[in-house]
Amino acid sequence: MAHSEKAKSLGEWFDQRLNTTGFIKVMMTEYWIPKDINFLWAMGMVLAFTFKILLISGIFLLMYYKPDVDMAFDSVNYTIMQEVGYGWLFRHIHGVGASLVFLIIYIHMFTGIYYGSYKRGREMIWLSGMLLLILFSAEAFSGYMLPWGQMSYWAAYVITNIFGGIPLIGDELVVWIRGNFYVADSTLTRFFMLHVLLVPLAILGGIVFHFYTLRIPHVNNQKGEEIDFEEEANKYKADRKKVSKVIPFWPVFMAKDIFVLSVFLFLFFYLTFYHYNFAMDPVNFDPANELKTPAHIYPEWYFLWSYEVLRGFFFDIAGLKAADIGLVAFGFAQIIFALMPWLDRSPTVAPANSRPYFKVWFWLMIVILIILTVYGKLPPTGTNAWVGFYSSVSFILLFLALPFVTTKEIAATNAHKQNGGKH
Amino acid sequence: MKELKIFGVVTFFTLVTYWGVEPLAHSIFHPHVEPADFQFKDLEKITETKGDATKGKEILSQNCVGCHSVEKVGIPAQVDKQTAIDSYGVFPPDLSTAGLIYESNYLANFIKHPTKAGKLEHKYDGVNKFYIMPDYSWMSNEDISSIVEYLKSIAPAKLSNKEVFVDACGRCHSMKYDKLPAVSDVTKVMASTPPDLSMMIRSRGEHYLTTFINDPQKHLHGTAMPRVGLTEEAQKQVITYLEEIGDSKKAEREAIAPYVLGFLGFMIFISLLWKREVWNEVK
Repeated sequence: MAHSEKAKSLGEWFDQRLNTTGFIKVMMTEYWIPKDINFLWAMGMVLAFTFKILLISGIFLLMYYKPDVDMAFDSVNYTIMQEVGYGWLFRHIHGVGASLVFLIIYIHMFTGIYYGSYKRGREMIWLSGMLLLILFSAEAFSGYMLPWGQMSYWAAYVITNIFGGIPLIGDELVVWIRGNFYVADSTLTRFFMLHVLLVPLAILGGIVFHFYTLRIPHVNNQKGEEIDFEEEANKYKADRKKVSKVIPFWPVFMAKDIFVLSVFLFLFFYLTFYHYNFAMDPVNFDPANELKTPAHIYPEWYFLWSYEVLRGFFFDIAGLKAADIGLVAFGFAQIIFALMPWLDRSPTVAPANSRPYFKVWFWLMIVILIILTVYGKLPPTGTNAWVGFYSSVSFILLFLALPFVTTKEIAATNAHKQNGGKH
Repeated sequence: MKELKIFGVVTFFTLVTYWGVEPLAHSIFHPHVEPADFQFKDLEKITETKGDATKGKEILSQNCVGCHSVEKVGIPAQVDKQTAIDSYGVFPPDLSTAGLIYESNYLANFIKHPTKAGKLEHKYDGVNKFYIMPDYSWMSNEDISSIVEYLKSIAPAKLSNKEVFVDACGRCHSMKYDKLPAVSDVTKVMASTPPDLSMMIRSRGEHYLTTFINDPQKHLHGTAMPRVGLTEEAQKQVITYLEEIGDSKKAEREAIAPYVLGFLGFMIFISLLWKREVWNEVK
């Protein structure tokens, strides 16, 4: 055993055993973040906090929820919503939180794309983030099934059916996922397991990994400037705080984060109390009925863009079945964002608006995603179907064009430099 | 300033998306319908021909009490509930409260021609399929008016929300979360299973229910649910009852909201002060 002196305080006692001073330095007071950031850099902590809210409210819901097709609906809508003290509050928090977590994920993700934060050694940050997006999607989808309302049932039916399109193994795969030939009790209980155990465990691991990936390449900044973190940290420690380009995670970075978080929580609870229907679809307050298909089946808003890519291809092309093309396009949409670091050929790390070609690409992508999202909910008939088709095609073409757009941008910027900055 | 501009851009795109997936989508899913018509203007004005309550009592005792009870004035049901259900498929309603909860001219039209007043002619054509209650179109408008006058004269001045619900909806619909089963299972007679109404206030919302209960065909063309003909007041009581059961924590929710939001408003304020103090040192 190592030598240890008698501790003079509780803090010292822990320090001797756990090196708490060293730990706090590494994790907080000497973990350096660039100073040139805006409120969008707080989204990571907002996400971590929202996940914590979801986890805690979920634990409370878990105490009363019953994963059985005959009991699930009433355990949620009667026991939790009406009988248990403040059960309704935990459910509203959980439902609204599940929606808002995706709003923040998307803002966080588009911030990364806008500032080019997936390049120059930051590829693992991006990839681990994309992994978290997939895990959160799985978590949201499995959770949406649990109240066993009409949308729970029919969304489960439609989404599990998608796997049937995979060649050779499709039909067997659907049965394997559902645990039955149709969406049944076995489907509910296994998605319950995924929602409360396997996926949350993976998310926790994913979050830790995502934080870890930030350590080596460091957080990006508003101008994409390369910072010598060691040198800047020394300036900061030498009390030249105003000159230094970095700030410590605690208290400076967190001081800003907590302010942004407070604003976010105000919105969060406003929605929880007064405006929750967007996150808790009224249709899902009808109990699941396998004999009664709802007039309109649509996923939650955060899945709409990829759902629209799936159904955008509504007619056979060159002998290929519409459903198969849709499935391929859907697969494309699921993985294409993860490839951003390689699709963007330009080494420049800078905000999109200061990159002549990428600027156009970025805002076009945002517009197309919004169109896909809006039309993903509307009935796919008449003009809507064609808007869906053209925007799905545009989405795919946009990503296929990215390597060429960015290569051209390099050439254009080089020519610009050779002219000495003159046109 | 720059941060506010960025905040504006993020807010703008968020709101556009919200507008598309919520207000826009819902306006397309539920096209606008005419507001509820509590005068039932499409019906013949039968009650314009004045009736007489005393005469109405007599007509009622000759024509209606074979099937209907009027417990309020001591007229019991002629057959017990189970026999009625076995023979008619439904238990004919007691008429004690009809004069209060149904709009008078609607009630008169219902007596005269039930499927027309209830907008159920697409289900019961009167040739191959008959509605449970027969037409009384052979009766004069004056006589029908008299029955309505009589029912109004014996009706209670007020009913509780739950009592209105039981008389107006409870014969076909159950209310599981208030432990109220439907009086009779009308699945066979109506060729459709009336849903439990416990969560209707959350699944349909007050706005939809206001026009739906008043005239189900407006939203659900071809539905087997009849237009029931509730007065505006009675319908309000039904909706309030649906809310009392399906959204029983509404009052609690609205009571604690200001405290939580007040606390968070305070958090915004002090965290801004702290942020300024900390950042003044570094900026």
